[in-house]
Amino acid sequence: MSALPEERRVRVAALEARGLRKNFGPAEIIRGVDLTVPKGERHAVIGPNGAGKSTLFNLISGLLLPTAGEIRLDGAPVNALPAYKINRRGLSRSFQVTNIFPKLSVWENVRCAMLWSTGEKYAFWRSVEANPEIAQRTQQVLSEINLIARKDLPAGVLTYAEQRALEIGITMAGGANVILLDEPTAGMSHAETERAVALIRRISEGRTLLIVEHDMSVVFGLADRISVLVYGEIIASGTPAEIRGNPKVREAYLGEEAH
Amino acid sequence: MSDAIATRGATTAAQTSIGRVAPWGVWIAAGLLLAGLPLVFRSGTALTMLSLMGIAIIFALSYNMLLGQTGMLSFGHAVYYGLGAYFSVHAINWAIAAKLPIPLLLMPLAGGFAGLLFAVLFGWVSTKRSGTAFAMISLGLAELVGSSSLILRSFFGGEEGVTTNRTKLLRLFDWNFGPQIQVYYLIAAWCLLSIALMYALTRTPFGRMCNAVRDNSERAQFVGYNPQVVRFIAFCLSGMFAGIAGGLASINFELANSALFSAVQSGNVLLATFIGGAGHFVGPILGAVLVTYLQNMLSDVTEVWQLYFGLMFIATVMYAPGGLAGLIMMHGPIWRAGALSKLLLAYAVLLVPIALVAVGAVLVIEMMTHLGVKAAEGTTMKMAGITFDARSWLAWALALILLLAGGGLARLAWHRVAAAWDRAQGVAREKGLTI
Repeated sequence: MSALPEERRVRVAALEARGLRKNFGPAEIIRGVDLTVPKGERHAVIGPNGAGKSTLFNLISGLLLPTAGEIRLDGAPVNALPAYKINRRGLSRSFQVTNIFPKLSVWENVRCAMLWSTGEKYAFWRSVEANPEIAQRTQQVLSEINLIARKDLPAGVLTYAEQRALEIGITMAGGANVILLDEPTAGMSHAETERAVALIRRISEGRTLLIVEHDMSVVFGLADRISVLVYGEIIASGTPAEIRGNPKVREAYLGEEAH
Repeated sequence: MSDAIATRGATTAAQTSIGRVAPWGVWIAAGLLLAGLPLVFRSGTALTMLSLMGIAIIFALSYNMLLGQTGMLSFGHAVYYGLGAYFSVHAINWAIAAKLPIPLLLMPLAGGFAGLLFAVLFGWVSTKRSGTAFAMISLGLAELVGSSSLILRSFFGGEEGVTTNRTKLLRLFDWNFGPQIQVYYLIAAWCLLSIALMYALTRTPFGRMCNAVRDNSERAQFVGYNPQVVRFIAFCLSGMFAGIAGGLASINFELANSALFSAVQSGNVLLATFIGGAGHFVGPILGAVLVTYLQNMLSDVTEVWQLYFGLMFIATVMYAPGGLAGLIMMHGPIWRAGALSKLLLAYAVLLVPIALVAVGAVLVIEMMTHLGVKAAEGTTMKMAGITFDARSWLAWALALILLLAGGGLARLAWHRVAAAWDRAQGVAREKGLTI
């Protein structure tokens, strides 16, 4: 009886990686990662610098092709798909280094991010304003990320924190079910980080979140489960309490942090 | 620098609000302008030039669908222009021979279709790449088509090209398109239609994604778009409008020849687009009008007009990368803040030393040309009605003084312009019109 819920949880995993490997020439960056993120979970990946966290994200999101292994999104393999097809299947990501459309207005940035998912696709025969739902949702996303007042400015002139917020706005605009955030609070002040965490908590409601983060207070406050990546391998995976108590983790990672 | 960016942002916002207030007013005004121009410029030369401008506007706007909208630098856009011209000429000749009831008005469609068809064909290959690789492929394809046009004589007519007679088609309203004025109106109608369609295109989901791909093609992939497909569609539609422009050119000249494919043609459209300003929709229109005018007027005045043309291009690239449209749009917030008049005064002061430098430079260039290229004609030359000896030390000294004194004064005036600009920006910023 107790096996059934466990089995169901695995079956509906939003994101799954099996035996994932990535080599850059002779350098092995990801060496056999197994990762399961059930639907609706907030899952954090932590690890020291150079552990391969961003590479893992790049593999999952389709920016890089894995050398070996499999990635499944809602049960379907996506490891051979290009990034845009993975995105269309409901996975959206943000970038560690701000990656926006600098000359487009803030409004355009968010609107462009939802055109595919609202079914506009490559349409060149109807106005982008023909569907009032798009303007409505753009407005909604902009108010979520608190950028309404800046909507007509080119994204390139926003402050760093505003660009980070826009980055999250672009990531969530398409309504993806699985969201990957790569160090969303990097370089932010304490107050900005708090606002960003509140935002991430709101937008990940009812969705699956995979997040790379260096700020331990963010990680332990936000994540349902945590995986620890060290030198391309996941050395531990569990609830925040389990990770805190894991001696291997303390030695490899948290111990260093404590200094 | 950040000032300039901010200004641009504010103008974009203003443009959209203007677009919302008067979406039809602009188009009606443009239509009236095109209809009324021949009433002001009546001479044959003027009509011919207006016709050429109309063609150049369509061609430059189609080029900017690639360069300005999608961020694709093409060195071979004349391919689609030239093919459009050839297919239109053949379509007209075929319709005459087969006595088909097709009016001349529709013949640019044959050019547009040809442009689209070959853009699909060549774009399938070239838009797989972006940036430098795309530019190189476009150059290679241009060479390929250019040399084919001399080899495949039955279609391209060799060096002489293929001629036609635009007056022999089905007549509507008793227009035979013999007089240039009728051809002008044909071109003007197609020009207005093409401008409207290309503008509308920028307001579609696809048009918005062209800009997104231009800005950051990697990010575009992570919002669900394949940048290759966006580039491909942009390339096809751009080829179609270039083909329409080519079709109109062939109707205007009653001829299609291999010069239409030349690198000069591809280069000119790049120059016109860049000088006008690739960052704004109206930029290529301004550029096409200016470049067409200069090409026709300068070539009458001086033999080295291409040199001046090149200097103008270099000056644009270095000092006004936003082109004419960029320069104008920069002043939008200042104008709305009511601070433009003082700034214009500073510009007027700067204009004097710049004019001195320009006269000095023209003098040097023309004297060198006269002594070098036209050595056989002796050393006596004439400029602005004054006859003088190109070897005289007086002329060279005058040119040098103009250059040096003008340059020095321009530096001084430039500081005043910069200060005036900062003040005007400050006013605009206080009124919240820019950041």
